[in-house]
Amino acid sequence: MSFTDQYIVHEHDVLVIGAGGAGLRAAIEASAAGVKVGVICKSLLGKAHTVMAEGGMAAAMGNVDDRDNWEVHFADTMRGGQYLNNPIMVEHHAKEAPARVLELESWGAVFDRTKEGKILQRNFGGHRYPRLAHVGDRTGLELIRTLQDHGIHQGMEVFMEMTVVSLLTTGGRISGVLGYDRERGRMHVWKAKAVVLATGGIGKSFRITSNSWEGTGDGHALAYEAGAELMDMEFVQFHPTGMVWPPSVRGILVTEGVRGEGGVLRNSEGKRFMFDDVPDAYRNQVAKDEEEGWRYVCGDKNANRPPELLTRDHVARCINREIKAGRGSPHGGVYLDIGWIKEKLPNASAHIQRKLPSMYHQFKQLAGVDITTEAMEVGPTTHYVMGGVAVDGHTQMSCVPGLFAAGEVTAGLHGANRLGGNSLSDLIVFGKLAGEHAAKFVKEHGAVEVDQAQVEAHTRAIMAPFDRPNGENPYGIQQDLQNTMQDLVGIVRVQGEMELALAKIEEYKARLKNVGVIGHREYNPGWHTAIDLPCMLTVSESITRSALDRKESRGAQFRDDYPEKSAECSTFNLVAKKAPDGSMQVTRRPILQMRDDLKAVIEKMK
Amino acid sequence: MSTQTATAAITTPKPPADHARPVHFRIWRGDKDTGAFVEYTVNVTEGMVLLDCVHRIQAEQASDLACRWNCKAGKCGSCSAEINGKPSLMCMTRMDTLPPDKVVTVEPMRSFPLIRDLVTDVSWNFRVKKTIKPFKPRKPDNADGSWTMFQQDIDRVQEFRKCIECFLCQDVCHVIRDHHKEDEFIGPRFLMYTAALEMHPLDTEDRVGDLKNRDGIGYCNITKCCTKVCPEHIGITDNAIIPMKERVVDEFYDPITRLFRIFKGKK
Ligand SMILES: Cc1cc2nc3c(=O)[nH]c(=O)nc-3n(C[C@H](O)[C@H](O)[C@H](O)COP(=O)(O)OP(=O)(O)OC[C@H]3O[C@@H](n4cnc5c(N)ncnc54)[C@H](O)[C@@H]3O)c2cc1C
Ligand code: SF4
Ligand code: SF4
Ligand code: FES
Repeated sequence: MSFTDQYIVHEHDVLVIGAGGAGLRAAIEASAAGVKVGVICKSLLGKAHTVMAEGGMAAAMGNVDDRDNWEVHFADTMRGGQYLNNPIMVEHHAKEAPARVLELESWGAVFDRTKEGKILQRNFGGHRYPRLAHVGDRTGLELIRTLQDHGIHQGMEVFMEMTVVSLLTTGGRISGVLGYDRERGRMHVWKAKAVVLATGGIGKSFRITSNSWEGTGDGHALAYEAGAELMDMEFVQFHPTGMVWPPSVRGILVTEGVRGEGGVLRNSEGKRFMFDDVPDAYRNQVAKDEEEGWRYVCGDKNANRPPELLTRDHVARCINREIKAGRGSPHGGVYLDIGWIKEKLPNASAHIQRKLPSMYHQFKQLAGVDITTEAMEVGPTTHYVMGGVAVDGHTQMSCVPGLFAAGEVTAGLHGANRLGGNSLSDLIVFGKLAGEHAAKFVKEHGAVEVDQAQVEAHTRAIMAPFDRPNGENPYGIQQDLQNTMQDLVGIVRVQGEMELALAKIEEYKARLKNVGVIGHREYNPGWHTAIDLPCMLTVSESITRSALDRKESRGAQFRDDYPEKSAECSTFNLVAKKAPDGSMQVTRRPILQMRDDLKAVIEKMK
Repeated sequence: MSTQTATAAITTPKPPADHARPVHFRIWRGDKDTGAFVEYTVNVTEGMVLLDCVHRIQAEQASDLACRWNCKAGKCGSCSAEINGKPSLMCMTRMDTLPPDKVVTVEPMRSFPLIRDLVTDVSWNFRVKKTIKPFKPRKPDNADGSWTMFQQDIDRVQEFRKCIECFLCQDVCHVIRDHHKEDEFIGPRFLMYTAALEMHPLDTEDRVGDLKNRDGIGYCNITKCCTKVCPEHIGITDNAIIPMKERVVDEFYDPITRLFRIFKGKK
């Protein structure tokens, strides 16, 4: 069979992998630059992870508190990321986000309003002022639908329910990608002059997660295999509030917006335990008592935030501590109570339903809990990965020429811990930047031929499970891996357990060689899981190796054997790269030095 | 349609854990040419939703059972199916809300062409959306490029924008389901999408002519079946379709309003 009989071949200038906020924004930008754009996504258009985002997107517009500006946002993001962030990206993000949010409005987004008719902004953990533009608790839906409805008229070609299985390179440069379609299981080759990765997160490597089946870290693994670097992979964000009961919904997110609207955390003794442990870096920004905390929620500019709105890493660890100390709720969580605000507000029930409609709905329907009168049971859930493809902060290009990345798959903006709301703004700010520079790259560089031998080798590898109908069921390995990562490389880490995890990952790699699937290539979830597994293993290995190498506790990484921050560790990011012998090498890279004017901003905001 | 042998039905699951009760399912298996119901049994524990059962069948008994899902929390609109004949989201259907001791029937949405098992070809919806004239805002009100809009002016549009594009309303609407008017009728989802654009305070485009002449708003005879199945509880018929029907009447059949509009500009 000839190459073109075996593969459906497409050709684009810029090919975007992923149709979440980052991918769509990149595709819109590249289309605007007049190049031919394709977008590939694993699900239907509009269903990507971004649709699930709830609380809002951070942009220092100052609509609610006019003391807010890009400098405060910059300092908040750096402090939240414990200064491992790329300052150039943080600066660009803080300066650009307001314009990107307004642009969404010009494309039809309808944000909640202030009394003066401006875009309303809400409080979120780690943001000094109310900063999150939002639509109730369905901001992600608004974002993705706006980009989708605008994007379909910009000339991009969309390939839905197709999965990319490898990036193709020729002489070290990107030349295209290989993938399959879900419906028929046919193989496709997309030739492209530049590729933008916007594949989102990795949560599915853990047992308890807020992520959907899509979060298998494909983009991370594809980039790694193509020679790109994965940076900061040890930093996995465990969101403090996921549902814990009933078991089938364990991990599903409870938005931080609940706490932004006045929700409080209590243990089984009814105590607001978050007041007990306030980190020094935040001491002069936290309310001294419950009364001050409530005034903050109500918008009193002289009040400090309640401790429930400290950064996620800290809140998650406090919850973990309460549960371990035996002060948890019956199903192994703690209580999150928003209903209590009826002591303060006349029509609290209606207020909650208007501000948090999908949380109300979600608990009512899935857990049989009425959040306007009953407390929710919540516990930490694997939510977001700060680490990802290392890119140039000015262009979003990785070290592989022609390979760009944007959104959750990228490292740099969030450092050791992401502030809530900084992801949705990340998507539109850096999606645009990646799209712009990918189009520019295309105009400056010609096409390169696809290497057919590479395509054929990759194809053989993904078809192999069909030759082993009696091989091991891929779901078994997936489950074992999720348990390993959850139990051994989770919220609290120690060297011995992580070494055990590495050994187990090696064992799963060996078992993967014997994985088998039944049935046909059409819409076959077993086969798809078999294809996802190598990606999940690469991601898990990079997380574990980096976490082992960072012998300190910082941001999202907490090590029981090194519970303090170390000055030495504040000087480097960890970078995982595939060595010539195929093994994974993790090296230390000095952090990017901040310009003096940016250092001055940090000082000013202290 | 020919039938396929029900091999998967003979696999028996592990004995029930504490509090688990066995529930019997009939799930449609097949593709566009052939298909049949296949029986499965799942041990259901407290709090499980139907999608959990489908996943368990995938993991333990039929790894090639096709279904769509993403968020598992009613937010993405991927997992639409017909459960005991009712168009519903699988992830939001608690097992304890279905009649106990009865076989649970799970079928794909019947109005769309079948791809495989529970997965249908919903691409028509994406094509329809593209034909609707996009948002066209008026010039910004303020120097910084922003607009002034008040909450009370956007409440209705925000209601429509809650739509998760599950297409359950399209599935249930008899104009599509029974009369197959896909070429002349855009369905409740897109009548409502058009309404959201028309009622957007900033929009300056006119889509009323399209609603009447091309989108088939006249086919809707206000049965409200769409509203009943909408998982987002959007008032599709009362709040979107009826007001749009009124605009069509105003614009095309009422000469005074029409003249008035010509003088005043569109909205
Ligand atoms: C429940 C929840 C609530 C959240 N709330 C907030 C919030 O309030 N504020 C905030 O800022 N952030 C929030 N986040 C985080 C934020 O939503 C995500 O980080 C962000 O949406 C990621 O966007 P993305 O564009 O990078 O990727 P995604 O939206 O995850 O999209 C990834 C895309 O890549 C595609 N893809 C992946 N792999 C492949 C492949 N191999 N081949 C082809 N396509 C592929 C997928 O199909 C998808 O289209 C939340 C996250 C969750 C889970
Ligand atoms: S009300 Fe109209 S659109 Fe809705 S189901 Fe009935 S006929 Fe269809
Ligand atoms: S209007 Fe309701 S039923 Fe129709 S697609 Fe939207 S959410 Fe689904
Ligand atoms: S899986 Fe998203 S709505 Fe059911």
